[in-house]
Amino acid sequence: MSVDGITETNQYLTFKLDDEIYALGINHVREVLDFTKITRVPRMPDFMCGVLNLRGGVVPVVDLRIKFAMPVKEKTVDTCIIIIEITIGEEETLLGIMADSVQEVMSLEPDQIKPPPKIGTRLKTEFIKGMGKKNDEFIIILECDKVFSSEELVVVQDFESQPEA
Amino acid sequence: MVEPNRFIEGFRQEAQELLVEIEAAVLDIEENPEEHEAVNRLFRAMHTIKGSGAMFGFDDIAKFAHHVETALDKVRGGLVPITRELIDLTLSSRDQIKIMLEASATGEAFDQEKNIEIINALKIIMGEGTELSSDDKSSHKQKKNLSFPEPEIDQQIPMTYRIRLKPSADIFKSGMDPALLIEDLKALGECKVIAQTELIPDLALYNPELCYLFWDITLTTAKDVNAIKDVFIFVEDDCDISIEIIEKHDLVESLTPLPRLGEILIERGDTTKEIVDKTLAKQKRIGEILIENGAVSPEKVKSALSEQEVLGKHKPSVLVSSVRVPSDRLDKLINLVGELVITQARLSQVSAKVNNIELSEPVEEVERLTGELRDNVLNIRMMPIGTTFSKFRRLVRDLSGELGKKIDLVTYGAETEMDKTVLERLDDPLVHLIRNCIDHGIQSPEERKRVGKSERGTITLSAHHRGTNVVIKISDDGSGLKSEVIRKKAEEKGLITSDQELSRKEMFALIFAPGFSTAESITNVSGRGVGMDVVKKTIESLRGSIEIDSITDQGTTITLILPLTLAIIHGLLVTIGNDFFVLPLMTVEECVEMKKSNSEKNRGRNILNVRGEIVPYIRLRDNFKINCNQRDLEHVVIADVNGRRIGFVVDNVIGGHQTVIKSLGPIFANVRDISGATILGDGTVALILDTNVLLEKAMERLP
Repeated sequence: MSVDGITETNQYLTFKLDDEIYALGINHVREVLDFTKITRVPRMPDFMCGVLNLRGGVVPVVDLRIKFAMPVKEKTVDTCIIIIEITIGEEETLLGIMADSVQEVMSLEPDQIKPPPKIGTRLKTEFIKGMGKKNDEFIIILECDKVFSSEELVVVQDFESQPEA
Repeated sequence: MVEPNRFIEGFRQEAQELLVEIEAAVLDIEENPEEHEAVNRLFRAMHTIKGSGAMFGFDDIAKFAHHVETALDKVRGGLVPITRELIDLTLSSRDQIKIMLEASATGEAFDQEKNIEIINALKIIMGEGTELSSDDKSSHKQKKNLSFPEPEIDQQIPMTYRIRLKPSADIFKSGMDPALLIEDLKALGECKVIAQTELIPDLALYNPELCYLFWDITLTTAKDVNAIKDVFIFVEDDCDISIEIIEKHDLVESLTPLPRLGEILIERGDTTKEIVDKTLAKQKRIGEILIENGAVSPEKVKSALSEQEVLGKHKPSVLVSSVRVPSDRLDKLINLVGELVITQARLSQVSAKVNNIELSEPVEEVERLTGELRDNVLNIRMMPIGTTFSKFRRLVRDLSGELGKKIDLVTYGAETEMDKTVLERLDDPLVHLIRNCIDHGIQSPEERKRVGKSERGTITLSAHHRGTNVVIKISDDGSGLKSEVIRKKAEEKGLITSDQELSRKEMFALIFAPGFSTAESITNVSGRGVGMDVVKKTIESLRGSIEIDSITDQGTTITLILPLTLAIIHGLLVTIGNDFFVLPLMTVEECVEMKKSNSEKNRGRNILNVRGEIVPYIRLRDNFKINCNQRDLEHVVIADVNGRRIGFVVDNVIGGHQTVIKSLGPIFANVRDISGATILGDGTVALILDTNVLLEKAMERLP
């Protein structure tokens, strides 16, 4: 059984968080950067690392480990920031996502992709577009529009009404 | 070759501007019917639309404008009084031209019937107008209360003008033929033309593509000087044109003896006494023709000449030329300058590290030049708010008429400049607010009389600078907001509970809730409750704020506070822990130090003693929950926030910084106390703080 909506061969960029391999549709990915200095934005949820300078533009960065409730890990030489293009509301914008390491760009046939299991992943099912398989390893293909939707990302400063500690 | 499209686009833009001009002129005339200059402005604008319209193939517009122009010509001549009907018709013809213009751009069809309707209505007014004005002017004046004063110059008496047309040498290249202009002049009245050939060079040097001639023209016409000016309307920039009235004609006087021609010439400044004799032969012919025709009465020539001398002393004002540039090119330029400013900051930082005098000197020079360049480029985008204000005159006039109210619009600070992008996006919210004033604010004349106010309501629109902000106030002297009504409605809508206590400010803020309206009946103007929430959203998207204050029965004031520009600010760079922040420098007044022991002495009260003055402060470290050790010596940046002195406690003050504002993007759209980010010399991103919001939030947290 294949996944609805995936009818042709697509290319995916795979990256690692802990031991799991994740993938993003290549058409969302703009570029991959080495880890650089990130400026924290105060009073943001933990997953929002801050902003970085992308050739004069300011791009927010999300730590996917925190977003996916994984333990925080020290940065290594392999730590990368994948710059993706997303649409928030009606505005197109760039977003950086931090990954432990970037693997490769691979092609997956529609029949190589299975629908996401209902249980057994730590992610919300709607975040997963499908499960790919290569060399006996599962690849979690992320649904960009869901993981990085405005509901998930647009930060409400709900801290503000609370009195300062 | 240049594409023809560009010219058509140029015409469209020009026509749009002229339409604005027409509207303003019509409204001026309505306010002050005695103002001849406004009538002339109106006429000239309409004429230009006609002329350029025909030139660029907008034949329907040209044809229509022609009819309006014919009507206006009569108005200008004082043959037709200015009436409310005429003003209305002129405005609707302006709107019609606008519709035609837009239709031509989109290729859609427009309402041809309407054209004919307007033209016919104009014709009726013209016919009726002449009859009335010749019949009984005074009774007419009383009836309409708007009639045009009796013209000072009776147009029936012919006047003689001296015109010198001196085209620039390359006039032919612009496709203009001076002969045609002279033909046009001939059509106006009796016309004598003398070509001056003194500039024609030897044949060997003669370039057939250049124009060496200039003309002295003596024109006797019953039309006034504007009709003559209109002939030259398209060549004003390419030609030296002088038009002088020699004198009004009195038929009796042509018998008086002539002054000597040489005298005239010398007085004209065409020649000197010494060479009068030499040129006499050539010049004499003009004189003879003039005398023969009785076109000029010599006496009058003399007086006109002395007048000319006086006029000659007043040098014509320097022409301010302007260039039309598409705004996206400007945006590109501003982006580039932004990048340049960042790079320059980086260069300065590197140079400071290297500490080489040879290097630092040019680097400083670059810094200065970049600063100047930035200021100048930003100034290009600055536009006076007056252009926006003037649009509302029409709105107020039309709407108040529709609702049977009498309302004056008073504007202050029209010269206040702000960024074009801000200004453009301000249009819609201001329209909403003013519509609200007209519909809900100002009562009907009867109602106003009953409560002891003058029948005419006033809406005041004002703008001024405050720090890095522009403050726009819209106030009316109408009924004001009724807190009980707002409260009742809010309870109905479930926005508040019946036992909830609200401050005045909170109460008024309720009207910004979506779907909120206190109007008892919905009119087609307002009252549907869409609007105020949209206004608030728009203002906030411009990083501005909106406040409302009202006194029952006395009126309502709405205050908009908007940033001057969205592109660049002067900032003060500070650090807290390892993070960099920028405070807008315009608001900063001073920086003082604060010892840890000092802050402990205050026992938790955030108050600082600055030379005997009490200044409350906000600890940004606590505010932003930045966890790192507090230093022994902290710095307090004291800023003027909305007229209040507030301290912001930071770890270190680095110094001034040219801040190119980069948006944080839609993800941080809800983060209000950080207005953007900027990039420092070393590539680090620093966050720009909004002191207004910081203060607001701090006040909200107070018990």
